[in-house]
Amino acid sequence: MKHSDFDVVVIGGGHAGAEAAHAAARMGAHTALVTLTKDGIGVMSCNPAIGGLGKGHLVREIDAMDGVMGRVADLAGIQFRLLNRRKGPAVQGPRAQSDRGIYRREMLKATESQDRLTIIEGEATDFIMSGSRVAGVCLADGCEIHCEAVILTTGTFLRGVIHIGDVSKPGGRMGDRPSVKLAERLDSLSLPMGRLKTGTPPRLDGRTINWDILEGQPGDDDPTFFSFMTKGLSAKQVVCGITHTNENTHEIIRKNLSRSAMYGGHIDGVGPRYCPSIEDKIIRFADKTSHQIFLEPEGATDHTVYPNGISTSLPVDVQQDYVRSIVGLEQAEILQPGYAIEYDYIDPRALSLDLSLKDVPGLYLAGQINGTTGYEEAAAQGLVAGLNAAAQCLGKDPVLFGRANSYIGVMVDDLTTHGVTEPYRMFTSRAEFRLSLRADNADQRLTPLAVSLGCISDERAARFGKKMEHLEATRQILEENVFTPKQIAESGIYVNQDGNKRTAYEVLAFPDVSFSDLIPLLPVCADADDVTRRQLERDALYVHYIARQEKEIAAVKRDEGYRIPPDFDYSVIDGLSSELQQKLTLARPETLAKASRINGMTPAGLALVLARLRREKKLQEKAG
Amino acid sequence: MDTIFALASAQGKAGVSVIRVSGPLALVAANQLCDRPMAAKGRGLRVLTDLDGRHLDEGLVLSFAAPASFTGENVIEFQVHGSTAVVSSLLDTLSQLEGLRLAEPGEFTRRALENGKLDLAQVEGLADLIDAETEAQRRQAQVVLAGGLGKLAEQWRLDLIRAASLIEVTIDFADEDVPVDVTPEVTALLVGVASDLRRETQGVKIAERIRAGFEVAIIGAPNVGKSTLLNTLSGREAAITSEYAGTTRDVIEVRMELSGLPVTLLDTAGLRETDDHVEGIGIELARKRADQADLRVFLAEPDESLDMELRDGDIRLSPKADMRQDLAGAISGKTGAGVDQLVSHISDVLKTRSTQVGVATRARHRDMMLSALSSLTEAQTVLERGSEFYDLAAEDMRSAIRSLEMLVGRVGVEDLLDEIFSSFCLGK
Repeated sequence: MKHSDFDVVVIGGGHAGAEAAHAAARMGAHTALVTLTKDGIGVMSCNPAIGGLGKGHLVREIDAMDGVMGRVADLAGIQFRLLNRRKGPAVQGPRAQSDRGIYRREMLKATESQDRLTIIEGEATDFIMSGSRVAGVCLADGCEIHCEAVILTTGTFLRGVIHIGDVSKPGGRMGDRPSVKLAERLDSLSLPMGRLKTGTPPRLDGRTINWDILEGQPGDDDPTFFSFMTKGLSAKQVVCGITHTNENTHEIIRKNLSRSAMYGGHIDGVGPRYCPSIEDKIIRFADKTSHQIFLEPEGATDHTVYPNGISTSLPVDVQQDYVRSIVGLEQAEILQPGYAIEYDYIDPRALSLDLSLKDVPGLYLAGQINGTTGYEEAAAQGLVAGLNAAAQCLGKDPVLFGRANSYIGVMVDDLTTHGVTEPYRMFTSRAEFRLSLRADNADQRLTPLAVSLGCISDERAARFGKKMEHLEATRQILEENVFTPKQIAESGIYVNQDGNKRTAYEVLAFPDVSFSDLIPLLPVCADADDVTRRQLERDALYVHYIARQEKEIAAVKRDEGYRIPPDFDYSVIDGLSSELQQKLTLARPETLAKASRINGMTPAGLALVLARLRREKKLQEKAG
Repeated sequence: MDTIFALASAQGKAGVSVIRVSGPLALVAANQLCDRPMAAKGRGLRVLTDLDGRHLDEGLVLSFAAPASFTGENVIEFQVHGSTAVVSSLLDTLSQLEGLRLAEPGEFTRRALENGKLDLAQVEGLADLIDAETEAQRRQAQVVLAGGLGKLAEQWRLDLIRAASLIEVTIDFADEDVPVDVTPEVTALLVGVASDLRRETQGVKIAERIRAGFEVAIIGAPNVGKSTLLNTLSGREAAITSEYAGTTRDVIEVRMELSGLPVTLLDTAGLRETDDHVEGIGIELARKRADQADLRVFLAEPDESLDMELRDGDIRLSPKADMRQDLAGAISGKTGAGVDQLVSHISDVLKTRSTQVGVATRARHRDMMLSALSSLTEAQTVLERGSEFYDLAAEDMRSAIRSLEMLVGRVGVEDLLDEIFSSFCLGK
């Protein structure tokens, strides 16, 4: 049997794979999504939540590019909370508990209804190679799919090993087969690899939890959605519970430490510092007598509860004991024990900014395979890989994200420049231009790009256009109207009587001045809609800071703009030390900005590279 | 784009000094100083005054219109009398103009490259210079920071990183078990650093610690005539401005001018093996000072192995020329043989280097500290508004940390590109 051929084939239907397949199809590429089963599309194998700090920003950015994650998460959301609600909008992160079932169902539905996207059930076992180039995928049933580009999003499947106490067995996530054959093929490509680990807590039966004595955590009254398109709630909302470990819990764990896979010496991979197992927490923070646990329902109709904060690799009987030592969980039944998983990742420094492997044309990688953790990080990479694989097939320029325009750009730059030492997770503090890269303005930052790429629905483009029209019209009014301190004071706003005239926009930038405070000063403002008002308030809040950062941002953008071709020959640059020549040849930075971050790079070396770049460009222009 | 300015000719006394201004406001700036307006393109003799109308100098002013200039931007060049007083008051006046700032080292060249004004051959020629300059700056930073200021700066950086991390924890881990209000500890850290910075930037200490001049160390074994040479040197071609013992009696500093350049001559303890504890300390100090000096003059027999490595520009001479037959490469402080050659040799080396470490070094260090201080002051104000504004406080702290990193000469990840030419000579 032979499948009809495609432009892009995506292997894996997890969060990276689904987003990649959608992005490629939206770009206009004929795309196949190869997954073991349709049921595996959009599965949440870890905690049933989307978003959070930094992560919520990523989802907003994916949505601004018309991606699927935000829309599906809104449909599946059973408890919405805006984290850091009491802090500035730049560091607020939307987060939602998801109904695992709805999420999967809606993701499948969206995938099935996406034009130019075909789902193929099967196990990808090998690539079809054409020289050094990947030109297709072989399936376990003998099928061959030919294509221009392959996106590999196999998560923890690469030589995955699951540990529960001293029992270990090969496997991807619980219940799935690891892809050994594919791993062997990747081996033959001699890619740099490393090993990481991650863990999950035991899943509990919600009917056996004594909710009555636990503190509840309800969602926000006015939910903040991920998608700029979402109008309201879809799923029934739930309340999460909060409980805590105690001395007794800690004692049980301490006594059984030697039976933990991690502490018993069965695991070599490096785990994330920010998501420690309960064993880790008790050893490393020995003076803390209690740790917080969030009891997160996995669905409005699903009884499974995810106790966030107690991931473990202890044996099942110990898990049972320590769970039952916790208030509210005295009778709790474990539906599925917690486990740790070890897996291979490919050093992301082998990737270009478009997430293609520098040495294997036609092959893109996205998600956990690149050493990241988290659905959102995975999906964001899927978006990048999908857009670029499609761009490659269609003969378009690469679609690159930068540190100055998005968290997506920050992540891809971090990964491809520095690699990872632990599973990479997004934080807002990773983004040096955090005040400009806000969840609330993700559409302003990225939707124009999506429009220019044509990877966006007409409806979204129209809605965005309208929003911007309102925003700009009102912004213009605020900027054009100038007031004396006396006028401002008379309208009821406190201002220094310093004689300086100010625009209404400058007045809005005052601390504690809201949009509605401007109306007595500038009655025409009253016409502005709510979305416009809120947006201008947020923009004005940071206006001074952003103005200060502008030069820095311009410098980064300029240097990101100096593209270095992949075949750029460093050996012909006179005066460049052989050490730097080697480093640059090895790292093959794609931009001057990236070249500058190579360890040991000197200012003189960069000057030479820049000058050579300019000369080659001139020569090309002459020749062209 | 800012309009930038800097001294483009070598530092120190000279017949003529050239001050270059580049950027959109160059012409406007020139006309605020000149008695008669300049054309967009052309040259003329003008009387230059400061903003209060006080006479500064009379000089030739050249005006180049973009893109036909060194940088490709509008450029003004003031050619004035080469006196330190004239140059510094002219620089001062320019810095008071709105939209003008002192150029970072190498910034003119970077603009020239950006605007396609340099070809590859020129850049290759300049690359060596950039390398040398980078090294010179690093050394300069070492000297400035070798003393107490360096330790302070490192402590400031650590304190600020601690403060920033406290803030970041409350931001990035808001949904976890972390403290909500860290204002008291953060404020305490910021107040500490800010008060140090305030003290350091207020005049005296900076002047004490950051030397404007070059250090030339005379080293060699005991009794080779180092002190005699120093006395001879300071007695001719030179005006002694001060003479005092160093931090220990074993390093003698003599400040003088050598061909118009400020130089501090160091007479160090004779280097030799010793069991005497106090002498050992003196020798250790001599080595350290000599190591940090801009130039070393070794007095040693031709076959003698040197105790320290000879670096680029260092001078090696045979001592006591008055007592030897072969006078080639020998010097005597007693008779003065070879002294003139030494003076011209030293000033040649230093003149070349003075284009690299300019007046701006000191100004830049001070600017960095002042900019860190202003960010910190802002951060404190924002902190008082409560944890709702931690994102703003974090940004102010980030700015402060950046400034301090530039102060200690650490090249941050994202700063490196600006450093491309920032190690470049001013006004080159």
